[in-house]
Amino acid sequence: MSVKEKIIEGVLLLCAAVSILTTIGILWVLISESSVFFARVPLSEFLFDTQWTPFFADKHFGILPLVTGTLLTSFIAIAVALPIGLSIAVYLNEYAPKSFRSTIKPVLEILAAIPTVVYGFFALMVITPFLQQIFPQMAGFNALSPGIVMGIMIIPMISSLSEDALYAVPTSLREASYGIGATRFQTSFKVLVPAASSGIIVSVILGISRAVGETMIVAIAAGQQPRLTLNPLVPVETITTYIVQVSLGDVVQGSIEYQTIFAAGIALFALTFILNNVSFYIKKKFQEKYE
Amino acid sequence: MSKRIDINRIKDNLFRYVGIGCTLFGLLMLGFFLYSVLREGLPRLNAQFFSSLPSRKPEEAGILIPLFGTIWVMVLTSLISIPLGVASGIYLEEYGKKNRLASLIEINITNLAGVPSIIYGLLALEIFVRILGLGKSLLSGSLTLALLILPIIIVATREALKAVPKTIREASFALGATKWQTTWFQVLPASAGGIVTGVILAISRAIGETAPLIVIGAMLYITTLPSSPMDDFSVLPIQIFNWLSRPQKGFIINATAAIIVLLAITFILNGIAIYLRNRWQKKVKW
Repeated sequence: MSVKEKIIEGVLLLCAAVSILTTIGILWVLISESSVFFARVPLSEFLFDTQWTPFFADKHFGILPLVTGTLLTSFIAIAVALPIGLSIAVYLNEYAPKSFRSTIKPVLEILAAIPTVVYGFFALMVITPFLQQIFPQMAGFNALSPGIVMGIMIIPMISSLSEDALYAVPTSLREASYGIGATRFQTSFKVLVPAASSGIIVSVILGISRAVGETMIVAIAAGQQPRLTLNPLVPVETITTYIVQVSLGDVVQGSIEYQTIFAAGIALFALTFILNNVSFYIKKKFQEKYE
Repeated sequence: MSKRIDINRIKDNLFRYVGIGCTLFGLLMLGFFLYSVLREGLPRLNAQFFSSLPSRKPEEAGILIPLFGTIWVMVLTSLISIPLGVASGIYLEEYGKKNRLASLIEINITNLAGVPSIIYGLLALEIFVRILGLGKSLLSGSLTLALLILPIIIVATREALKAVPKTIREASFALGATKWQTTWFQVLPASAGGIVTGVILAISRAIGETAPLIVIGAMLYITTLPSSPMDDFSVLPIQIFNWLSRPQKGFIINATAAIIVLLAITFILNGIAIYLRNRWQKKVKW
């Protein structure tokens, strides 16, 4: 191999190594900044205290209110996206004519391409006023409206991943079901959906992970009040919103308030990392089953 | 017995409507949403809106600075992320296919793709803004977004390279070409359509991002156009977020007008990407 070829390979490898450096950088930044935080705040307080009040005179650093806010909005999103996304997947796979499927899919993908700040506007200015007509006691900032809008945003993700899973079910299963006289509905929900369940679960977990990490929709429409509640009609604060809130203010570098965003960041990173890797694990097992 | 069959038939037909309903729900939301944005914002889109600086009075404010910022960020992010991403993709697909380092990088990229964008903001705040001393500049912002979209470009490049059949590489090797000559003159041109599609989608994602830029501190009141990568900047999503957080109705109308501009850019980029993908798929039949 000539010298020139070796140099080119080396340069390409260096470029590929940037992604490793990115990961190392993320871990280093999160761990080094939050270790200063955890030297001042015990881990037990961070995990179990039920109040998050870094800016009050009586400071509490319990991440629970931010975690419940995050999970509440994420589960509302999945509650919207799963039934709709799965129905779309089954319909496009088993019922719809091929031409309809190929025109509708790119249009649905547009939903995933819209910038999230735009969805935030939609939640705050369109969905919340609409929901307030149904629930007059609902606050201007709440978990329900951004949750629903995040759900709409992840419909294409759930539907296209579920569709891939349904498509991967061997035709023989489908034919066997039709062979014993089952309708399309029975075949879909009693044979195909159970057979594709692991792929559908993967889509749900990835959907939750996406919603947990989503920032702008909740920052705009869910409010900034860390509150330990499951009531979707009152303002809550998510982990991501807290980071935005601190970033918008004048917080001095090195202060405890500054370090809280890295502690919140590490909690967010851990949450999405676990979700993503659970989904990779399920996906790997699932692929072994059929190939 | 026949009654049960009837019920099953009814269920079967009913689900057809449920399926159509759900599909249409997505489309209706999209349509309804576009309608509400256009109705509010379209009358505001005049020459003054495009050519004005920020202002405390909503009717005098404009998007000149964030629009320029978005164009700057688009160019800088492309310059950083395209060479890095395509080179990484080439290394992983063509060179390091079976070694341990390549598989480590691969797992790593899959994980990076799932990291929330705001975490990239925290990384950039510490590394680019503070340690490297780049401040809240265009360069900091573009580097952040470039890292964010790198996994998308790498994955798209690999998919496109994978689609090129082995025979093309073998034919090139048989003529005495080196690995790099084969990659550069045969494989890369053959996969260009797929790579370009992926790159455009990634750039479109980058210009819609807000959260990581807020974390590095780009939410500033700027009254001069940036003239170098080291200048402070603002972009359209940041301006929209800023206007949305004001109480006056006039600023909300400005936000909807800016949303129309941002959506127009996003849709044009996505449209080009889809067009290229279709053309590429039609033209190339191995």
